[in-house]
Amino acid sequence: MTSKFAGVVAALALALAACGSGGGGTTGNGAPSGPGTATTIEIGSLYEPQNLDNTAGGGQGVTEAFNGNVYEGLFRLTDAGKVENLLAEGYDVSGDGLTYTFKLRRGVTFHSGKALTAADVKASIERVLAEDSQSARKGNLKVIKSVEAPDDATVVVRLSSRSISLVYNLSYVWIVNPAAKDLATGEDGTGPYKLEAWKRGSTLSLRRFPGYWGARPANDGVVFHYFTEATALNNALLTGAVDVITSEQSPDALSQFTGNPDYRISEGHSTTKLLLAFNDRKAPFDKPLVRKAVASAIDDAKLLQSVWAGHGSLIGSMVPPTDPWYEDLTSLDPYDVELARKELAEAGYPKGFRFTLDTPNYDPHPTAATFIKGELAKVGITVDINVITADEWYTKVYKNRDFAATLQEHVNDRDVVWYGDPDFYWGYDDKQVTAWVKEAEQARTADEQTALLKKANRKIAEDAASDWLYLYPQIVVASSKLSGYPVNGLNSQFYAYGIKKS
Amino acid sequence: MARYLLRRTAFLLGSLLAAAGLLFVLLRLLPGDPANALLSVGATPEQIAAARHQIGSDLPLPEQFWSWLAGLARLDLGTSFVSRLPVGPEIAARLVVTVPLTLLAFTLAVVVAVPVGFVAAWRSDRWYGLLLNGVSQLGIAVPVFWIGMLLVTVFALRLRVLPAGGFPRDDWADPARALTSLALPVVTIALVMSASLVRYVRSATLDVLGSDYLRTARALGSSFAGAMWRHGLRNAAVPVISILGIELATTFLGAVVVESVFTLPGLGTMLVEGIAEHDYPVIQGVLVVSTFAVLVIGFGADLAQRLVDPRLRAHVGGGRP
Repeated sequence: MTSKFAGVVAALALALAACGSGGGGTTGNGAPSGPGTATTIEIGSLYEPQNLDNTAGGGQGVTEAFNGNVYEGLFRLTDAGKVENLLAEGYDVSGDGLTYTFKLRRGVTFHSGKALTAADVKASIERVLAEDSQSARKGNLKVIKSVEAPDDATVVVRLSSRSISLVYNLSYVWIVNPAAKDLATGEDGTGPYKLEAWKRGSTLSLRRFPGYWGARPANDGVVFHYFTEATALNNALLTGAVDVITSEQSPDALSQFTGNPDYRISEGHSTTKLLLAFNDRKAPFDKPLVRKAVASAIDDAKLLQSVWAGHGSLIGSMVPPTDPWYEDLTSLDPYDVELARKELAEAGYPKGFRFTLDTPNYDPHPTAATFIKGELAKVGITVDINVITADEWYTKVYKNRDFAATLQEHVNDRDVVWYGDPDFYWGYDDKQVTAWVKEAEQARTADEQTALLKKANRKIAEDAASDWLYLYPQIVVASSKLSGYPVNGLNSQFYAYGIKKS
Repeated sequence: MARYLLRRTAFLLGSLLAAAGLLFVLLRLLPGDPANALLSVGATPEQIAAARHQIGSDLPLPEQFWSWLAGLARLDLGTSFVSRLPVGPEIAARLVVTVPLTLLAFTLAVVVAVPVGFVAAWRSDRWYGLLLNGVSQLGIAVPVFWIGMLLVTVFALRLRVLPAGGFPRDDWADPARALTSLALPVVTIALVMSASLVRYVRSATLDVLGSDYLRTARALGSSFAGAMWRHGLRNAAVPVISILGIELATTFLGAVVVESVFTLPGLGTMLVEGIAEHDYPVIQGVLVVSTFAVLVIGFGADLAQRLVDPRLRAHVGGGRP
């Protein structure tokens, strides 16, 4: 009897030890998980939503947590960058390109149980266009003249002019239940997950929605754990408190994971560009030759090496390789100090000049500013680094345009079109580029659009409208037990429904 | 005593009101626009104006102040500009982390620092007295985040016995897990706090050890322990208690560095984020609550001093200003 009992104890101890060393057992933050219990994926991120509404300034964080997971659009932008039908089953375009008729998927319900109708889609699109909307896509959708819902399954959108990106832009419009109250702190979407709880400053948890119309997610829920410090985030992955990091921002930390079979590092395509944006309205940067000289005086490759230790890439323009109109333009303003000196002399600044560089106070901007200061000193340009907060940046640079040059990361894809807007903060004003960008949006075919935007991109690069220092890497680090997670995270999206833990 | 309590309570409420008013004005004097936190690159001038209107920062200041004060009287701290969540409940959620963190660290620090400081003074000429003194000086010099990172490296990354950070999603539903999450942060704060406390305890004890009354008590036949117990500790406690009050109040909000190292959703982090976003309701709410806490702690320290020192009690009826 006693030996039997000892055997049971030993077996229990072994089982416990196995659980403990499994790493996926009880973690600091998460619920216990393992075979037999529901699987929850613990996701580590640096981007907590500001609030839960992308038309009320929710920011990058809410896109990451909610796009495709809690809310769905008529269309989905896949991690590979393709646009496919989601809540729309298909659509027709009128001959003049001004009327789009969308057929809605049937049998879709919101998390509250209400069935999706065309009226909801109409209200959702109008929400983005509303006067108080803070949606980043509002400008792109301004061409929408009216939205109608002739029957429950049909939505008709009329445009004031052709818009070839309409379907693409609609992939960012969440279809919400307009009857839902307070979408800034709650939700009512149609996605595979519903919001379980948002504990501000700490976690946001999503549970699988049993009434989801589409394929059942590969897990029962996900929890986003928010960190303010990259080191703390890496430690959480190292101790098994999280299973995956959506976007590694600390290249120094990668060595902890490389060569370790317990982790997998994926480098996908990012759309975030680091810009040295000139104020193109004001001397000395109103002269393209001066801007070109600055671009040629800075060794971007060395900067990228020092900030990202070999990850990331040089693009030489505003267009990342995932945009259809990408072209490698790094050769236009090559790193060439002699050329920079020559161009400066030709522009009337043989002895250089002095300017203030408004630098946001968060990484990697201060590092880049110091590097640029050193590089430009070699051609006689003195840089005064003025470190500012994100808030000051919006007031001083973005609204008041009171700056000579600034550093800023631009995160969205397809944003070369800002160079077609002379009112944008950098004030690049070229009639030809403005016309090309406008024509591209009204193009009849994607090829036509691509050709026009290629021309525009080449022109801004030739003019060195800004200096595009580099394209960020998009690095996802995950436990090797995990599969099915997105690696590109285009525009900070992070679809969680395919993630499996073995 | 009743009159004293009444006077202190009135004083407490008055200070709170004055602090609230000052806070409101000072915040508005800071440069910056709370609407900026809601913008994204590409925001149009109309969107900027809409953001201001949405959060009500385009209303006249007196109007904003009165509505805030009226809310305060109803114990309603308002709604965050940015997250749109009510500020009061969020502060409550953070206090669930911050209060135990502060109190545990404080208790641990006192339990360690008082005997250590006493021994460091009593045996200041022995090698271990000198050693304790030296170690406490080192403790003051070392930055708190470094101690935190060191503890994480040893106990979380190498030994894997404690979590590297975070706090359970269900708070204290499982007290053992919550305590485990707080273990390293508590030790970190306690180490730093006790380092400086040791210095205060040591110097207070040294004062007492060199005092005439202690020598007299010994001369009258008391044992060292007896004299120390009857006269020494009480006298040494008075300055230490006021320092303890200050330390406790500082830790309440000052734990922000530790919160960041250990990813704890505490009050300090909430304040720092609120400041970065110019989220006035959040800043005001956190500061009102912490001002209140600091005043209460000061009150508590005052009471404790009266308990150990009869001379302070004697002044109660004496009509202090």
